[in-house]
Amino acid sequence: MSRSNPKSLVWLGARDAAPFLLVILPFALLFGVVATEAGLNLVEVMGMSVLVIAGAAQFAALQQMVGDAPVVMVLATALAVNLRMAMYSASLTPYLGAAPLWQRAIASYVMVDQSYMLSIAKYETDPEMTLSERLRYYFGTMILIGPMWYVASFVGAVVGKAIPPEFALDFAVPITFLAMIAPMLRTLAHVAAAATSVIVALLLAGLPFGAGLLIAAALAMAVGAGVEVAMERARP
Amino acid sequence: MSMSTGEIWTVIAGLAIGTFLIRFSFLGIVGNRPLPAWLLRLLRYTPVAVLPGLVAPLVLWPAATDGAADPARLLAALATLVIGLVVRNMLFAILGGAATLYTMLWLLG
Repeated sequence: MSRSNPKSLVWLGARDAAPFLLVILPFALLFGVVATEAGLNLVEVMGMSVLVIAGAAQFAALQQMVGDAPVVMVLATALAVNLRMAMYSASLTPYLGAAPLWQRAIASYVMVDQSYMLSIAKYETDPEMTLSERLRYYFGTMILIGPMWYVASFVGAVVGKAIPPEFALDFAVPITFLAMIAPMLRTLAHVAAAATSVIVALLLAGLPFGAGLLIAAALAMAVGAGVEVAMERARP
Repeated sequence: MSMSTGEIWTVIAGLAIGTFLIRFSFLGIVGNRPLPAWLLRLLRYTPVAVLPGLVAPLVLWPAATDGAADPARLLAALATLVIGLVVRNMLFAILGGAATLYTMLWLLG
């Protein structure tokens, strides 16, 4: 790898992240559209996309808001979706923990599935990287997809109102979530967790304030972890 | 949605601060300390524990049909799931699901 040009790592990160635009752009566009349909104005849509940058959690919050769940339950559900990022934060710390606080704060703000997965893969295959090289690559992964997340949310919010009900956009959210979930079902433990989540959420759908979903999620996490342990023990 | 502007901004601010604190947790606060194995194990399952439960009622009881199960939407959901499982690509799954939905709405409509 060329170390002569310090800018090259930023561009390498940007280039590695570029294919994810195919996912980020439609996802953000859809968020803008669906949030607008749900009744958020342009400033609120942009406030959420810029301050939060976490697609799945934004959709989850929106869904609970449409279902008239109280603020506390909306937050609990959406933040539960983001808990996986604590794992990202922990696993990036050995690589980026020595950076100044302000850089770690910015790195935290742009910590998404794509920046995490690309960077960790890069750091593991190239252990010789210095701290500043690692940071350049990390921020490089977000230099394109971060701003494009805002732009596509904006476009979605602006055009959202013009889309007629014949397009059945109500179903865009379930389809997007299912498309996100299916590739995650890699192991028996993941399948068991997902099945538990579905069954308990449906059984407890009558509970007020979206409480059923939180109970379902807690049980599903326990089942996923339990099955993982059982599978490890069963292995010879 | 019957939320007031104040409540909407409370959600946005709470989600922004909460999400930042989750992301900043180890990198900025706890530092380089290994996570206990049981905690890592639970965290691994958070998306797959929350999202399916969120989506199931939307699929079975869509608001657009006043909660009546709808064959076009059910088939679209099934197609999305199957394509996602087979090709392991979110974008293809979305496109396949949307194509199924529109085809079925047109056929059954």
